[in-house]
Amino acid sequence: MGMNRPSVRLAATIAIGGLTWLGCQAVAQADDEEAARQARWAQVQRAVFADRKVMDGASMLQLEAPPRALDPALVPLTITLTGTKPVKGVYVVIDNNPAPLAGHFIFGPAADPRTLKLRVRVDQYTDVHAVAEGADGQLYAVAKFVKASGGCSAPAGAADAEHLGQMKLHLSEGFTAGKPLQAQLMIRHPNFNGMQMDQLTRYYTPAHFIRTIDVSYAGGAVLHVDADISLSTDPVISFGFVPRARGQLKVAVRDSKQQSFERSFDVPAG
Amino acid sequence: MVTRRSVLAGLCSCCMPGVVARAAAQEAFSTEEIAAGIHVRRGVDEDVTSHNDDAIANIGFIVGRKAVAVTESGGSLRDGERLRADIRRVTALPIRYVVMSHVHPDHIFGAGAFLADQPAFVAHSELPRALAQRGEYYRKRLEDVLGAGNAGPVVQPTLLVERGAQIDLGDRVLELTAHAKAHSECDLTMLDRQTQTLFPADLLFVQRVPSLDGSLKGWLQELPRLRALRAARAVPGHGPASVNFDAAADRLQEYLRSLLLGTRQAIAQGVEIDAAVKTVAQSQRPRWTLFDDYHGHNVTQAFKELEWE
Repeated sequence: MGMNRPSVRLAATIAIGGLTWLGCQAVAQADDEEAARQARWAQVQRAVFADRKVMDGASMLQLEAPPRALDPALVPLTITLTGTKPVKGVYVVIDNNPAPLAGHFIFGPAADPRTLKLRVRVDQYTDVHAVAEGADGQLYAVAKFVKASGGCSAPAGAADAEHLGQMKLHLSEGFTAGKPLQAQLMIRHPNFNGMQMDQLTRYYTPAHFIRTIDVSYAGGAVLHVDADISLSTDPVISFGFVPRARGQLKVAVRDSKQQSFERSFDVPAG
Repeated sequence: MVTRRSVLAGLCSCCMPGVVARAAAQEAFSTEEIAAGIHVRRGVDEDVTSHNDDAIANIGFIVGRKAVAVTESGGSLRDGERLRADIRRVTALPIRYVVMSHVHPDHIFGAGAFLADQPAFVAHSELPRALAQRGEYYRKRLEDVLGAGNAGPVVQPTLLVERGAQIDLGDRVLELTAHAKAHSECDLTMLDRQTQTLFPADLLFVQRVPSLDGSLKGWLQELPRLRALRAARAVPGHGPASVNFDAAADRLQEYLRSLLLGTRQAIAQGVEIDAAVKTVAQSQRPRWTLFDDYHGHNVTQAFKELEWE
């Protein structure tokens, strides 16, 4: 491909609903873009954290994200806490999404906060920020640039009322009381973000998405999630927790239509 | 009179690579008569770019005694227009049917070139719903690549097939089959009875790595149905213009099985999606072109389908 050709290319997926676009302008304007990304982050940072100081989080946490998303409506993110300072929560911010704050994850006393995974929609080329909040209230940010677009307006399938709110839980192997376990929580929910148009009716499918997720173990809080429209359809979240003894992991989900879904899982799995 | 060609010749080609490449593509358009009265243009094994007009699928037409059926219309208005011009070089018979094999852009955006012929636009009964969800979206994305006005309109099908149907081109019957979710949610295949030529559309990929947008399990179930037809030859959606169905289906089936088993295994072992896309069915890489462009997406799709089993 020649340098000055409009080498716009639909990698992989024009045939598949999710679209990945490699635009030449992204290369040509790299410098401008770097500045624009910084400016955008400054703006988003103010909106989310007001005038709180946000420090470099390189020594506190790591963020893994695919440099080029295979499916912009399902971009897997992994946040690993690597520092020694206690952390009370993590914010996930997708700078260029229509609602940049994708989720705020607050760890309870029964949490093992070291590894957190989620799947998000990405609407256009963007920095993704993971911001850890120390127990002392200090904020630490790291970022990854993700090339993906169309994830928010990509057509989604019809809502599957029959399975709405269904949940599954996968636990890491080997239960030992007092030792951390990693849990993968799967929730069936269309998580419509209000940006998917039904071309037949010309109406946008009304937003219908998960607002909060509360996870507790034997009555002790593990995780509280305040979510927004950027979680993928059928959200999947992985988190760690420390079971003191055999018991039940309880999950309570509430969505934007005030529907609630609850499920309890035996630990270890029966 | 100033012709388009002389205008182009007067321009510095380095400023207009797209236009020049397009002119070259136009000259390159050719169909091959792979069986009596069946003409196929082989698509290029590329993704859509501003230089290939999305002419990436195998398209073509069948000539009967009284009428012509377009087996696939092309990936853009221009791709369809070239196909129409090619038809007119072969026959003056009316174009009565245009088959829209499924919703993907490389198979439907040529349809706009045939609107004036007022054919029946033949499709799976699920296509209207799929077009409602994605048609306009695809059109816009295609225009982002090809340029404004170059995608072509979203054409609505007018003859819907729920299970099976037949169309007659005059002493030439084509049997249509609507499939359950497989490659996509609206795959329509066709058999030309006279030559026993099967048009499996994107239920058969040859050489070019398959793309999954329907149901992996469904696709594996639909393949034997096509195999049972014992067709003399098949025109895959992508790949050579004419192939032996069984041999090609064997390879495809191996890929799909490998994807199914590998993804199931990853899920059972608690491997998460970001790791699975790098490990599942990698042994298939040397067998397919564009593997790295599509395979990770296929694993993602398979994962979504299978993780709720």
